[in-house]
Amino acid sequence: MNSLVNAVNYSNLFFLTLPETILEIVSLIVLIVDLSWLRKSTRAARMTAACVIGVLGCLVAAGWLYAHPQAAGIAGDALVSSPLVAAAQIGILLLTALVLLLSIDAEFSRNPGEFAAIVLLGATGMLLVTAARDLLVIFVALELLSLSLYVLTAFAKSSAQSAEAALKYYLFGGMSAALMLFGFSYLYGLTGTTNLTEIATALSAQRVSPLLVVALALVAAGLGFKVAAVPFHLWAPDTYQGAPAPVAALIASGSKVASFAVLIALTDGIIVSRPHEQSSIWVVLLAWMAAGSIILGNLGALVQTSVRRLLAYSAIAHAGYMLLGIAAHTPQSGAAVLYYALTYALTTVGAFGVIAIVERSAGSDRLDAFAGLSRRNPLIAATMLIFLLSLAGIPPLVGFWAKFNLFAAVLRAPSASYWGLPLVITALAASAVSLYYYLQVLKRVYVSKPPQNEHSQIAPLRVSSIEVLILTVIALAVVLLGILPSALSSWIPLG
Amino acid sequence: MEILMLAYTIYLSFAGALVLAVLPRALGGLARVFALLIALSGFAVALAGYITAGAQGSVAIADLAWVPAMGIHYTLAADGISRVLVLLTGLAAVAGILFSWNIGEKDGDRANEFFAFFLALIGGVYGVFLSVDLFLLFVFYEIAIVPKYFLIAIWGSTRREYGAMKLALYSFAGSAMVLIGLLAAYATAGSHTMNLYALAQYPFPVSFQMWAFPLVFTGFAILAGMWPFHTWAPTGHVAAPTAASMLLAGVVMKLGAYGCLRVAMTLFPHGLDPWGVSFLGIDSWRTVFALFAVIGIIYGAVVALVQNDFKFVIGYSSVSHMGLVLLGLLTLTQIGIDGAVLQMFSHGILAGLLFATVGRIVYERTHTRDLGILSRMQLGKAMPFAAWLFVIAGMASMGLPGFSGFVAEVQVLIGAWKAFPWFAVVAGVGIVVGVAYTWRAMQRAFFSEATVLDVNGVSAPVHEYEPVTWAEKAGVILLAGTSLLIGLYPRLLLDVIAPAVQALPQALLTGGRP
Repeated sequence: MNSLVNAVNYSNLFFLTLPETILEIVSLIVLIVDLSWLRKSTRAARMTAACVIGVLGCLVAAGWLYAHPQAAGIAGDALVSSPLVAAAQIGILLLTALVLLLSIDAEFSRNPGEFAAIVLLGATGMLLVTAARDLLVIFVALELLSLSLYVLTAFAKSSAQSAEAALKYYLFGGMSAALMLFGFSYLYGLTGTTNLTEIATALSAQRVSPLLVVALALVAAGLGFKVAAVPFHLWAPDTYQGAPAPVAALIASGSKVASFAVLIALTDGIIVSRPHEQSSIWVVLLAWMAAGSIILGNLGALVQTSVRRLLAYSAIAHAGYMLLGIAAHTPQSGAAVLYYALTYALTTVGAFGVIAIVERSAGSDRLDAFAGLSRRNPLIAATMLIFLLSLAGIPPLVGFWAKFNLFAAVLRAPSASYWGLPLVITALAASAVSLYYYLQVLKRVYVSKPPQNEHSQIAPLRVSSIEVLILTVIALAVVLLGILPSALSSWIPLG
Repeated sequence: MEILMLAYTIYLSFAGALVLAVLPRALGGLARVFALLIALSGFAVALAGYITAGAQGSVAIADLAWVPAMGIHYTLAADGISRVLVLLTGLAAVAGILFSWNIGEKDGDRANEFFAFFLALIGGVYGVFLSVDLFLLFVFYEIAIVPKYFLIAIWGSTRREYGAMKLALYSFAGSAMVLIGLLAAYATAGSHTMNLYALAQYPFPVSFQMWAFPLVFTGFAILAGMWPFHTWAPTGHVAAPTAASMLLAGVVMKLGAYGCLRVAMTLFPHGLDPWGVSFLGIDSWRTVFALFAVIGIIYGAVVALVQNDFKFVIGYSSVSHMGLVLLGLLTLTQIGIDGAVLQMFSHGILAGLLFATVGRIVYERTHTRDLGILSRMQLGKAMPFAAWLFVIAGMASMGLPGFSGFVAEVQVLIGAWKAFPWFAVVAGVGIVVGVAYTWRAMQRAFFSEATVLDVNGVSAPVHEYEPVTWAEKAGVILLAGTSLLIGLYPRLLLDVIAPAVQALPQALLTGGRP
């Protein structure tokens, strides 16, 4: 704690947290604009205004990060800035902007200002989590993120499902936050510091104690909840199903990226450079969680009839793949996990965009609601094809590169010499299984007959031009990043 | 210069697929014409490249750094084997489109989607045959898998969704096995390259090759229809629309056999070494897979003998014929591998012809494939063209001298005789059973003596069917002509294949033994 107090350089801290500050200010602006000038406007106009202002805020913050790649060094070691962190933060901001753009036409909320403001607050939490290197900051930032997401999940006030989802999410989340804080307190007790670097140094001088095992298990439980890894995944299907579609997209995208970023940082902090017994506890925990998530997620998804629940189980499986990379804990595997998380998040946002459109017209997200989508709207169907095939890891889409890069990094990691190959084999076998459930959706989209109205005409699909534009952009990004995977390599090194 | 053009087979197909995918549905009638033009130009490029390159060795076509950080290059090259198979792909693409000419005649056919998926599949196949970078090869391999699912599930018949899903899952499971092997090889070599020839230089530990080889070989062999992983093939063939069956049997199964030779056997030749222990005469992965191949030959032929669905007969005969290809590869002799490559070409042509006869010419007119029903239809009289076509294709397929199948099968058997005499005998028996099932199908479908009596006890008149279209005739002439040409003058292909087989890594041709 001392280092935090002593070494804070306030101008440094100001520049380091400028993107977060921008988001906070913009969220206030959104509230003010919405509640003062636009009070008498229609709901659609208010939603558009709130979302557009929010998007602008995200873009300004992302632009600032892009223009100042390493603006600040370290502010009292509590927050850091590095190219990788900046890449994750820019990614989170862009994902948040996409989610806001896709919610312009959503009809779940009568309080557009509050919605956009809380999304921005959640994004602030994500940015902080990504940069945090101090247990306290990590916890506070995670709570900011989680509380925003709980509120957002319950935002469809007229839907009982949304309330149920939020309650489940909140109860599980509160519990896991408590466990994590408990684990943090043990870590502090063992090492006398909350700074991750100092924790690493202190731990390397100690022998393994039962207390450390308990502490690490508790921390793993807390973060396992955030990334929806088995056995802390139970909230995911219900929350993905009940939350408003843009919120589910945010939970599956930005929140995932931030949580994996902090997992990478924590793993760096707990594992010291030389092979050590302490590191093996953490790696074993992560590897078991990974194996469980991969198997359970993929098997669970096989029997789903709701596309949102299907995506939730597939998210559990994807979290498992990424945990493998974290357990391998080399610099390459860390970068590979981030690349995976960002591209996965992008694809998922697109998939939830399509789900939202289908839900609006069919009133449900069941598989049958997707029947004949290709004949109702070929473009939207094609984007869904691209998203799901990318999630399944079919080349030349970006999901394939992410998987290949990640698994190659795991196999090359010296620490993964024993468990690397068996777990990668499990992951690839499971991803062959995953094609089945993605094809179940695509079968409805392309093969099944569309519903017809009484004049035996194909019912048209109501889509706004902004949704078409955003989904096309995301799909193009998924394809182009697949064809030119090096495009991101200036931020996130491949291989 | 023409040889460098070979890369355009890939680009043309994908560009064509893209154009068709965005083509307005109202212009669906144009789709088939456009697709035919694309396929024809691809075939022309393949043929020009084939002729220009002659008996040259491997010719580099393109080499660009794709993902430099991972050592992945966009490297294309064509040796004799690749050029022969590219030529086959061009032929199969043209013939496939000619035999799907009825798609697009009425609304609701979704013709532009059909031909878009078709051309995407073709582009992927061309890509696999031309890739030297293993990563690129794998990318094209997977691109070729996905359109198959949609071609079968949307435009197929009998249990199409089941057949399509089974095929997709088998293929994807196989490619997951391949990917494990490639990833492990990439991580083990640690040299940041995926170039096939660079990786083949790397001395992988024998213990590594001993598990990587069977994994990758099986992964590819699943797509080649190797027993006991063949079960996707008959159901997939039966469910698929004619053009897709033609492509499946014609080129997609060849992707598997090609991968076995080009990737599994080239990268891990020591995986073929004897284990040092012998169990009932099985002393290496080589004999294991050769045994599977021989079982496939016999099993496919015997099962084809008792089928009642005409298409199942052809589907199981494909399993049998692909068994010969795998057996030829595993002989590790010049003549056996020559024969295997020639058999790939020959079977690609003949399976296409048979599926076209059964699935398009006969089924589109009679709307049944049940041999029992067909036998009462007097098709020999009603459809003399189809009958004689099946006679020719069947004769060629059972290995009658004068057609391409004969040259290929003889070479495989000679090679097998040197390597595994007993397997060669059994494979020979399989070929004899092949005569039997072809004969039986031919007899029941076209030349049955059963006469149909109507209620008055008078024999029913011969039914009039719609005449054979120009597209069908053109496709038939293309495929049957090629088979005859190769059968009469096999050196057209063998002169190109043989140097390429000679140039395979020495470790492979010496039987994997140092």
